[in-house]
Amino acid sequence: MDQLALLGRKGLDKLAAFGRAGMILFQSLVAKPQPLVMFPLFVKQIYFIGVLSLIIIVVSGLFIGMVLGLQGYTILVDYGSEQAVGQMVALSLVRELAPVVTALLFAGRAGSALTAEIGLMKATEQLSSLEMIGVDPLRRIIAPRFWAGFICLPILSAIFAIVGVYGGSIVSIDWLGIYDGSFWANMQNSVNFYDDVLNGLIKAVVFGFVVTWIAVFQGYDCIPTSEGISQATTKTVVYSSLAVLGLDFILTAVMFGEL
Amino acid sequence: MTQFDDVVIDIQKLSFSRGDRPIYNEVDIKIPRGKITAIMGPSGTGKTTLLKLIGGQLKPDSGSILVDSKNIPALSRSDLFGVRERMGMLFQSGALFTDISVFENVAFPIRVHTDLLEDMIRDVVLMKLHAVGLRGAHDLMPSELSGGMARRVALARAIALDPDIVMYDEPFTGQDPIAMGVLVNLIRRLNHSLGHTSIIVSHDIQETLGIADYIYIIADSKVIASGTPEELSRVESEQVKQFIQGLPDGPVPFHFPANDYEDDLLKGNR
Ligand SMILES: Nc1ncnc2c1ncn2[C@@H]1O[C@H](COP(=O)(O)OP(=O)(O)O)[C@@H](O)[C@H]1O
Ligand SMILES: [Mg+2]
Repeated sequence: MDQLALLGRKGLDKLAAFGRAGMILFQSLVAKPQPLVMFPLFVKQIYFIGVLSLIIIVVSGLFIGMVLGLQGYTILVDYGSEQAVGQMVALSLVRELAPVVTALLFAGRAGSALTAEIGLMKATEQLSSLEMIGVDPLRRIIAPRFWAGFICLPILSAIFAIVGVYGGSIVSIDWLGIYDGSFWANMQNSVNFYDDVLNGLIKAVVFGFVVTWIAVFQGYDCIPTSEGISQATTKTVVYSSLAVLGLDFILTAVMFGEL
Repeated sequence: MTQFDDVVIDIQKLSFSRGDRPIYNEVDIKIPRGKITAIMGPSGTGKTTLLKLIGGQLKPDSGSILVDSKNIPALSRSDLFGVRERMGMLFQSGALFTDISVFENVAFPIRVHTDLLEDMIRDVVLMKLHAVGLRGAHDLMPSELSGGMARRVALARAIALDPDIVMYDEPFTGQDPIAMGVLVNLIRRLNHSLGHTSIIVSHDIQETLGIADYIYIIADSKVIASGTPEELSRVESEQVKQFIQGLPDGPVPFHFPANDYEDDLLKGNR
């Protein structure tokens, strides 16, 4: 009986947290726009969240593309269809790996930093003092960070895909000696804008929304102590990764499955 | 108990608890306008909590907090922000914004609430910093300040807009004797020349007795005594005497509520 009560209690806690997260998102996004104040804050966050994540995205994209090229070649060469490696690299990247891996890296690199930063502001009473000055911290602190994350992730994902294709081409064309004409032509013929590129982009947009939402909520809702902040940071990475992988399955089923 | 001519903050039957632990139990506090009121009490009794309740950052379980006859807990979010424009609060930790300089910290409320030209903002900020003795530090970052300096910058920020009500949470903690004297004078001067209402939370008894017009002593989720410094020095209650003379043993508990000490120690040896 106790177990059941505990389960119910945990479920209710999670539900309440979900409700708070929704309220925070709503209150920070639905407000009278103040472009002159908000725009510089937003640009600063684009720099911290997006530009500073570029290196890890570019390096990972390059390696993943190269690995795809190698693996694809070794499998396809058995069937004599190694010319199709370009198609395989591009489709795996655009449909799956670019949005998913970018979102996972983004959760670790930018999401955890967001949570820690906001949590520290809470612990040092900076959020309270904003409130007392008469500035809503949801709009001043949360909103620009949310928008920046939401916008940066799809762009980072696109960069990941482009760099990945380049990595695949280095391995396939320069090292394994596949004819470059057929590598690119195969890729162009098989990658469809609506089915592949657009669906990949939609995934990245959804992941951007979810990961950034989790990150800012965990920071804002954390227990304002050093222990609380470290727990919140861990939760951000764990919850976002699980959410990304779970949502990826659902989105893939809807987009590419026969559902 | 004195009757005040003009009450700016009127707290009636305030109850608030953290989890199961009551912090306030049906407390009445009146803050007179234009005076310096001190809230004193052992640490952990809820002095900071009281300031947050007045500022509307926490909602009481019951009771009302009237600031100029507006009931803070019942205000909408936007009305609340309107009331807060007239309040300044010095946080216990200073709470400076760590990503901007000392100058920008003090300028922040001015930029938010006024359309002053940059020249004028500069003058106002430097004047406020001068008042706390830190004009020379205006282009430092908060991380380059000591705790006491940060608290003084935070004070300059709290008074940047000349608010009607200023709440100081432990302003004297961590200040050297010179800065302490300057702060005491500054708070008194602000109060007398500009007619601010000041609320000081403190446990520096001597400084507070010297500066306050009226004092509330809080313990055990109640107001255990209130009055002018003279009135309090004549109070016969052991609890109040103990607090004012700063003795650890007496009716005011120094310890956080706990199990029996002996039992606790023996339990480890089972
Ligand atoms: N965020 C919080 N969550 C739970 N309990 C708190 C919180 N903040 C303060 N408390 C508790 O409330 C009591 C009063 O705190 P506070 O108002 O900070 O005391 P002080 O009189 O020293 O300023 C303390 O005993 C503390 O344990
Ligand atoms: Mg306190």
